[in-house]
Amino acid sequence: MAYKYHVTEGENVAPLIAPGHDYATITDKISGDVLDRKTPRGMMITLAVSFLFVLVLIGAVSYLFYKGVGIWGINIPVGWGFAIVNLVWWIGIGHAGTLISAILLLLHQHWRNAINRFAEAMTLFAVACAGLFPILHLGRPWLAYWLTPYPNTMEVWPNFRSPLVWDVFAISTYLLVSFMFWFVGLIPDLASMRDRARKRWQKICYGVLAMGWRGSARHWHRYETSYLLLAGLATPLVVSVHSVVSFDFAVGIIPGWHATIFPPYFVAGAIYSGFAMVITLMIPVRKLYHLEDFVTDRHLDFMAKVMLGTGLIVLYGYLSELFFAYYSGSEYEGFMMHNRITGPYGWSYALLILCNGLIPQALWSKRVRLNTLALFLISIVVNVGMWLERFVIVVTSLHRDFLPSSWDMYTPTIWDWATYVGSLGVFVWLMFIFVRVMPMISIFEIKHLLPWKGRIYDTSADAN
Amino acid sequence: MNHDHEPEHRHHHGDAPGESHDPAAGPTPPAAPKPTLEEIRDRLAGRTGEHYWRSLDELADNEEFRERLRNEFPRDASVWEDAVSRRRFLQLMGASIALAGLSSCVKQPDEKIVPYVKQPEMLVPGKPLTFASAFELNGFATGILVTSHMGRPTKIQGNPDHPASLGSSDIHSQASILHLYDPDRSQVVRHKNGISTPDKFIAGLQGALDAQKALSGSGLRILTGTTASPTVTGQIADLLKLYPKARWHRYDTTGLANEREGARTAFGVYLQPVYRFDRADVVVSLDSDFLAEGNAHVRYSRDFASRRRVTGERADLNRLFVAESFPTVTGGVADHRLPVTASRVARLAGGLARELEVAGTSIPDTGNGPRGTPRRETGLNSDEQEWLAAAVEDLKKARGSSVVIAGPGQPAEIHALVHAINSELGNFDATVSFVPPPEATPAATGESLADLVGEMNRGEVDLLLIAGCNPSYDAPADLDFAPALARVPMSISHALYNDETARGCTWHVPQSHYLESWGDARAYDGTVSIVQPLIAPLYNTMSLPELLAEFLGRPGSKGYDIVREHWKKRSDRDRKREGFEEIWRKSLNDGVVAGTASTAVRARLRARSAAGPPGKSGRERKGTGTGLDFRVPGSAIEVIFRADPNVLDGRFSNNGWLQELPRPVSKLTWDNAAFISPALAIAMRIEDEDIVEVRTAGKSVRIPALVMPGHPTDSVTLHLGFGRTGAGKVADGTGVDVHPLRISGGMHFTGGSIRKGKGTRKLARTQDHNLMEGRPIFRTATAGEFERDPHFAKHAGHTPTPSESLYPQKEYDGYKWGMSIDLNACTGCNACVIACQSENNIPVVGREEVLNGREMHWIRIDRYYSGDMNNPEIHNQPVACMHCENAPCEPVCPVGATNHDSEGLNVMVYNRCVGTRYCSNNCPYKVRRFNFLQYAEKEDETVQMMYNPDVTVRNRGVMEKCTYCVQRISAARIDAKKEHREIREGEVVTACQSACPAQAITFGNLNDPESAVSKAKAEPRDYGLLTELNTHPRTSYLARISNPNPGIDGKA
Repeated sequence: MAYKYHVTEGENVAPLIAPGHDYATITDKISGDVLDRKTPRGMMITLAVSFLFVLVLIGAVSYLFYKGVGIWGINIPVGWGFAIVNLVWWIGIGHAGTLISAILLLLHQHWRNAINRFAEAMTLFAVACAGLFPILHLGRPWLAYWLTPYPNTMEVWPNFRSPLVWDVFAISTYLLVSFMFWFVGLIPDLASMRDRARKRWQKICYGVLAMGWRGSARHWHRYETSYLLLAGLATPLVVSVHSVVSFDFAVGIIPGWHATIFPPYFVAGAIYSGFAMVITLMIPVRKLYHLEDFVTDRHLDFMAKVMLGTGLIVLYGYLSELFFAYYSGSEYEGFMMHNRITGPYGWSYALLILCNGLIPQALWSKRVRLNTLALFLISIVVNVGMWLERFVIVVTSLHRDFLPSSWDMYTPTIWDWATYVGSLGVFVWLMFIFVRVMPMISIFEIKHLLPWKGRIYDTSADAN
Repeated sequence: MNHDHEPEHRHHHGDAPGESHDPAAGPTPPAAPKPTLEEIRDRLAGRTGEHYWRSLDELADNEEFRERLRNEFPRDASVWEDAVSRRRFLQLMGASIALAGLSSCVKQPDEKIVPYVKQPEMLVPGKPLTFASAFELNGFATGILVTSHMGRPTKIQGNPDHPASLGSSDIHSQASILHLYDPDRSQVVRHKNGISTPDKFIAGLQGALDAQKALSGSGLRILTGTTASPTVTGQIADLLKLYPKARWHRYDTTGLANEREGARTAFGVYLQPVYRFDRADVVVSLDSDFLAEGNAHVRYSRDFASRRRVTGERADLNRLFVAESFPTVTGGVADHRLPVTASRVARLAGGLARELEVAGTSIPDTGNGPRGTPRRETGLNSDEQEWLAAAVEDLKKARGSSVVIAGPGQPAEIHALVHAINSELGNFDATVSFVPPPEATPAATGESLADLVGEMNRGEVDLLLIAGCNPSYDAPADLDFAPALARVPMSISHALYNDETARGCTWHVPQSHYLESWGDARAYDGTVSIVQPLIAPLYNTMSLPELLAEFLGRPGSKGYDIVREHWKKRSDRDRKREGFEEIWRKSLNDGVVAGTASTAVRARLRARSAAGPPGKSGRERKGTGTGLDFRVPGSAIEVIFRADPNVLDGRFSNNGWLQELPRPVSKLTWDNAAFISPALAIAMRIEDEDIVEVRTAGKSVRIPALVMPGHPTDSVTLHLGFGRTGAGKVADGTGVDVHPLRISGGMHFTGGSIRKGKGTRKLARTQDHNLMEGRPIFRTATAGEFERDPHFAKHAGHTPTPSESLYPQKEYDGYKWGMSIDLNACTGCNACVIACQSENNIPVVGREEVLNGREMHWIRIDRYYSGDMNNPEIHNQPVACMHCENAPCEPVCPVGATNHDSEGLNVMVYNRCVGTRYCSNNCPYKVRRFNFLQYAEKEDETVQMMYNPDVTVRNRGVMEKCTYCVQRISAARIDAKKEHREIREGEVVTACQSACPAQAITFGNLNDPESAVSKAKAEPRDYGLLTELNTHPRTSYLARISNPNPGIDGKA
């Protein structure tokens, strides 16, 4: 299992960790940000604002439970609206974490060590936001547990033919595995925090969470094995979750949904949006906490490249949808595409192509990739674009299907928006709380990136 | 125990949930200013109709109201009020435990529950009973059968023994049950708009009558709508004998006046035409919507449809020509439809008369062109000439087997001319016969009202009874009825609602609903039905016979005695062989009094009855300019008034079912509009929902426009019955009152102008897209095309065969239910939609929710246009759940709430549904309906009495859809099992099927090759909707065959 970390980059390549750091400065910096540093003002403001949106969500959900889903803009024929759009969007965002943690780990992409903790936390919170929507969108949310196969005297089971039941398994498995992965990865750092904490309550909290980690060789051995196993367990989930979510649509017979391209195209889109969200959050946090030393421009460059690559797959998906609409010869498929482009929601399709297809092409330029502001803006554009993609798939397919007599328009209401921005608020709020109380960069893993450390398995002595 | 804690009281006084109270506020009133009951009532009354059904609790739930409640019921209001202190919690827990064991210690509500000592005859708890009665509309009866569950009438269907029904029904008769349970119905006697008592009213009436006695009734006037009730007619006759100088006026805003006057012009006497559409090969309608309005349209639909049936590969159809001023149900099924303004119908009628050489018609023959070809100088355009030529050609071939019919909005002269045409064609006694008018003394009702208003204004009327009409709302604007009414010292309104007229009267006596009172009525052919009540009056109300009995000095007479006595007297007079008792019982049982149909009279045209070119002298012609044909946008236009197809002249305004029922063709709900043609809309740059200003004779109204393909170009159509005030929570705030534009002499159409105004108003339509986009949805062919290729409908789409599937087909061994809908018979009249709504407890959702696309109808009538936008073909297609054998909704439901049963029904398990709406998304027909909010009425106990107990009332968050009336299948199965037999063919009749006047819907067991539905599905015209999706729908359609004249515009 031992393998080498080669410092082979040329001189013109930005380093993965700024020069001048050693084990001590890394630990000091990252744990100090949590334990010693006063909360930055910008952070307090962000927390306050995001908490306001948390309150918006609480309000919107309370009213939703009181009145019913009729407060939203959904109707017949558009039975799914923002809730499902948001679900798919959040799940997509939640893909970056596992991809970075698991797949890149298995692929020996060690640059990931600087961002994996942050991305995993983001995944967790994004999946939590995503998991909210399938429950909220139910007509009778208090019966959501009926979607799970629990033993009951009536011997009634969920309908295993329904993709929504697969969703339950896919999403809950993903949430669990993501959580375990994140938490297991945190344990050595929690021990560091415990040992460096000065206040008693901090010692207790971190101590409990550290689960007795002493940094012994045996601990490290067990840790590395379990982490690798979890990575192996999580890897198929990266592909499976969004494939299953895409089945929600692909299994339906509605033109615009019923397409075999959906699983790969959704997975690529998920990674695309996940990386976009990591960039969107990482850039300001990096600035706020002065983490430029650890999350270097080189990291951003890598992430931009992944975004560009997956973005091209997504674009391929759009083109293949166009092609199949034409090539199928099906009147309904052809009309669906025509309506998508020229119909009343044509603006959303045009914006989608602009956001996901055209603007990210700027990432071919290294100058753009290394320009933090440009990258930040493009990542936001991609986030918007990926949200629009789900809007286009859900709404434009449903609003004009087979019988023109039932065609209708979907107009989101204030409550649709409140739930959406509320979920954004929850996400940002949780993210910032996490940044405040946990080491947002994996202390022990980033040490691998120190250029003079030739080997990676001799870190045990530095755990504290 | 502290009396504050009697939990059971909470159930009686419906505290708003979640509400909290200050414990101290219980017995002591708080210092805050208390709103009066009046204010609260005003606030409630101020709410507009479409909000009512879903938010009564909401609007009541404000601070003042709760305050009020707290003061009114201090004991009850102060339960559960404080934050849970430990002491309080223990108190309450103790109270609950004490109650659980010692419920007898608590005072129960003072109600006596007495079991049946003797079980009423035939009453089996849980089994509905059916009673025959009659529904009277505009004075004419339709026989009905009323289903009663444990004393509560719940459903109205047609009476097969009644000539005007033959077992079918229409939207109005079925929806009338909603009025019975309408909480807005007037419930108390009112004096000068304050609450009073019947005793005070009777005392007041007695005084006024005593005064009239001395004057021989010279100040007594009675104003009624058209009525054909023998009892009422007899009572009023008696009254006029008692008070010789009293007078009886009749008024109906959309009545039969023109038709009756036309008959008098033609024959010298008032006569009622009775048409035999089942014998007519050619029917020409001049602005008559005889399939959806008039006094026998249910019967006429049946008769007409009988000539549109196609069996096998031969099409032997009648041919329908319709020239109409508004796209109607009848126009929609026409083989040749011609949009013309109402005034131009006269030219077509004149043209028909000329070409058919009707005696007495002056023919301005200038000699160019042979007879039988339209002449230029008729002033007809090429479309009209073409239509006329084809109609004349066909009428000439169908002498003695054709019908020409004019609409009620057409002037009397046109009716007279049409009688002459029918006479010339030899249709009298063959397809058109005449009976004496069933209603009491027909009169030109508008003039009758004008006379009355004159007398009122002159102070000659001291005592006025207004029954069954609402002139303050709908009298001609120039009569100024309401101010005249204010001059009458004692005016009495007898009405179901405390309506505009009732509020202007000194007294208002609430009317009993016809399902709670005795009466009688006559059908279009004179057949008498006894109206029998199904339930004791819910409120302290009186029927008209009971009120008239008070006038006749027989106070306190019961409706039953009055009606029975009337018929007893008649029976004694007629000296029938059977005893009266047998006749009475049989009549009640059958719903018709045998042998009361009028015998046809021989109608003889008066010489030159139709003299003169038509349309020159009619009253209705006043105000119509001659330059109409050459109108430029913005200048004169014809304004046409029609009763709304659903709420009529406003009498159904407070009926949520009818307000929300999409109007035929326009698919508009909850509103009226200025209907204009696409050509006019383009010329004037008016778009849908733009507010336009329509002006006639100096008055104008602002109303949203709706562009209607097939509307005549030079006119605007306005529907009556909207813009009501104080008519109930449903009615108020719907649409625009157009009566200010409507003056004597221009009651049906008049000249005016239209211009674009500022602003828009959203119109809630249930169908926004009108074209089929080239998809084979509604399949139609002409008779010629059909005979060349009888299987054309099947060729229009692809149906995968079972062999194309990898999976074995499911076999259904027992019953296999299926439905067939004959598009050739369907007229789009909506009777099925209301029947379904009534049978299946389908809620009303309100205008906002229809705008949101959330209407709940389980069956809908899709309407598509094809062809020229100025005169399109109109296609009506009823769509309900198809009960697909491979139902796309089923595999996607995560909880298995929608499944197939052993008989092939796609069933919804409501209590398993969690509301993901995935099934609806995946339904290609979009027939599933979702309870986005709490639509079903849970609060109002009166409304809940109407629910069909055999059908679950759905809560919010649950999907629902057509069940093929599974409760009726179950009932039949239970009956069959008890008798150890199979369910017989025809034993299960779905609600839509039973209502359909055209008998377009067939339902039954597909495993029985002899069943009607199996035979229908074996027809060559049979096709399924979207079968290429491999859904295998159990409901299929029979393609429509039209029968145009082969000589006209290339159709063959």
